[in-house]
Amino acid sequence: MGRAAYIRRRLILMVFVLFGVTVVIFGMVRILPGDPAFLILGDRATDQKAAELREQLGLNRPVLEQYWLFVSGFARGDMGQSLLYRQPVGELVLSRVPVSLALAAYAMALAAVITLTFGIVAAVNKGRWPDQLIRVGFLFALTTPNFWFGILLILLFGLTLHWFPVAGFGETLPQHIWYLFLPALTLALQLSAVLIRNLRGQIILTLRSDYVRTARAKGLSELVVLLRHVLRNALLSTVTIFGLQFGFLVGGTIVVETVFALPGTGQLLIQSIAARDYPVVQAITVVSAVLVIVVNLAVDLSYSFLDPRVTYE
Amino acid sequence: MSEKTLGAQPLPEVKALTRRTPAGRRIRLGPTLLTGLLLLGLVVFVAITAPLLTPYDPLEQRFNEAFLPPFSAGHILGTDNFGRDIWSRIAYSTRLDLQIGLLSVVFPFLFGSLVGITTGYLGGKLDTILMRVVDVLMAFPFLVLVIAIMSILGPGLTNLYIAVGVVGWIPYTRITRGEALAARHLEYVLAARTIGCSSARIMLRHILPNVIAPALIYVFTGMVLAILTGATLSFLGLGPQPPTPEWGAMIAEGRQFLLLAWWMTTLPGLALLVVGVALSLIGDGLAEDRGR
Repeated sequence: MGRAAYIRRRLILMVFVLFGVTVVIFGMVRILPGDPAFLILGDRATDQKAAELREQLGLNRPVLEQYWLFVSGFARGDMGQSLLYRQPVGELVLSRVPVSLALAAYAMALAAVITLTFGIVAAVNKGRWPDQLIRVGFLFALTTPNFWFGILLILLFGLTLHWFPVAGFGETLPQHIWYLFLPALTLALQLSAVLIRNLRGQIILTLRSDYVRTARAKGLSELVVLLRHVLRNALLSTVTIFGLQFGFLVGGTIVVETVFALPGTGQLLIQSIAARDYPVVQAITVVSAVLVIVVNLAVDLSYSFLDPRVTYE
Repeated sequence: MSEKTLGAQPLPEVKALTRRTPAGRRIRLGPTLLTGLLLLGLVVFVAITAPLLTPYDPLEQRFNEAFLPPFSAGHILGTDNFGRDIWSRIAYSTRLDLQIGLLSVVFPFLFGSLVGITTGYLGGKLDTILMRVVDVLMAFPFLVLVIAIMSILGPGLTNLYIAVGVVGWIPYTRITRGEALAARHLEYVLAARTIGCSSARIMLRHILPNVIAPALIYVFTGMVLAILTGATLSFLGLGPQPPTPEWGAMIAEGRQFLLLAWWMTTLPGLALLVVGVALSLIGDGLAEDRGR
C-alpha cells in the first residue's frame, strides 16, 4: 500500500473513532444513573428548576435528536452555554487552550533534550555506573506522583531559592518561558522516564548492526557514527512510544495546571467539575480526545519521513 | 534413552507440544526482583501492623500539638495542622492505597485477559468490533476519561474502581490478544484441536496458561498506575473524602502550609514513591526473568 492509500485508510478510521468518541461522551451522562439535571443543580433543586434546565440542555427531546444536536453543534463550534461562566463553551475552552498547548509543547521539548542526553549516555555506558545511575534515577521519576513532584519543585526553587515564580503564566513570551519552566519540567521528567528506557535499548541494539561497524571501519568518529547513523534508526520506535504517551501528557497537564495555578484547560476542567458545569466537562473531554487522535495520526505518518524504507500494511 | 537408539529419525520437538512451557519454569530471584519484593514486604508489614506500630488514632485531633516538626517527642514524623500524628496517618493510609492498587487491577485483569484470549483465538467479526472499541477508548487521555466518569458518578472509592476499570482492562486485552493470535497456529493448539477439544477448553486449558505470564507481569505496572491515579484523584478532591487518611489527600492538605510545615506534603509523597518503586521493581524483575 502506498502512502496516499494508507493516509486515506487512516483518515476513514479516524472518522470512525471520532464518531465513537462522541457516542461515548454523549452516552456517559445518559447511561449512568441519576438525572443530569439534578446532577448539575444538586439534590435540593426544585422540580421546576430541573425542568427548566432539562429544556435548556435539550434533555427532554428524543435521544437520537439530542445526539444529532450534540454532534452538529460541535461541528459548528457551538458547544452550548457554560452554566458557571454564562458564556459559550467553545469560546471559554478555546481561550484556555493556548496555555495548555504551550505547556505540553514546552514539556515535549524539554523531554526531547532530557531523553536524548540521558538515553545516549546510558546506552554508551551500558552496564557501567552512569547507566545504573540513570536507570535508578528515572525509575524514581517514573513512579513519583507528578503533583507531589511539582509541589517539591515549588518548595525548593520557588519558595526557598526564589529562582522561579510559584504560580501563574506571565504576560510576555520570555515571562511565559520563565513561568512555565517548573511545570514543564515536572511533566518532562516523567515523560522522559518512559522514553529513555526505550531509546537506550534501541541504541544498544543498533550499535550491534553491520552498518555501524562499516561506518566505524571507514574511520568516522564515534560521535558522527552515534549522531548521524545510530540515532536516526534508534529514534523510530521512541517516536512511536512518544505518540502512545501523549494521552498521559494531556492527563498530566490537568494535574500540573492545578498545582501551578495555570489558567489552562486542565484547571478549567477541575473547576467545572466542582461547579457541575457539565457542558464544559463534555467539551474538554472531546477536545482532548481529538488532540490525541490527531497526534497519533501525525506520529504514524511521520514514519515515512523518518525512514523511507517504511511500507504500510 | 537417547535419540540415537531410535535410529536416524529424530524425535519430534517435544517442547512445542507441551503446554506451560514458559510459565512452569521457576522464577529466579534476581537483584531487581529481590529488592522489589523486600520493599513491598515492608510496606505490607506496615499496612497489617499499623495499629501496633503507632499509639495514635489517625483521625484524633490535638490542637495543642499542631505543626510539630519530625522527630518531636512522641511524634517521629511530626503532626499536621489538626495535631494529627503524620506517621500514624501514613501507616493507616498504606492499607487504603494498597487496597486501591489491588482492587483496581482484579477486574481489569480477569476481564481484559479473558476478552483478549477469546477474541485473539476466535478472531473474525468479534475481534474486529473489539479492536474498534479499543481504538475509541484509547483516544481518550486516561486521566481525562477517569476524571469525567468520576465527575458523573461522584467522588468515592467504589466509583474510583469503576472509573479506572472502564479503561483499565485494555492493556490486558491487547497483551493476551496478541499472544493468543500467535498461539493459534502453534503445534500444541493444533494438536488439541485435532484430538477434538472444544474451543472453550483450548482457550482455558491450553492457551491461557501459555499467554497469561506477560499479562500477570503487567499487573504490577497496572497497580502502580492505579495507586498513582487514586492519589491524583484524591489530590484533586475526587477520591476518598476527608478526614480519611490517604496519601494524595494528605499532600493536598499540606499544600497550604508548605513553608510552615514542609513535612505535611513531603512525607506522604515519599510513601507513595516507596510503594511505586517496589511494585515497578517487581514488574521489571519478572520481565527481565522472562526475557532471559
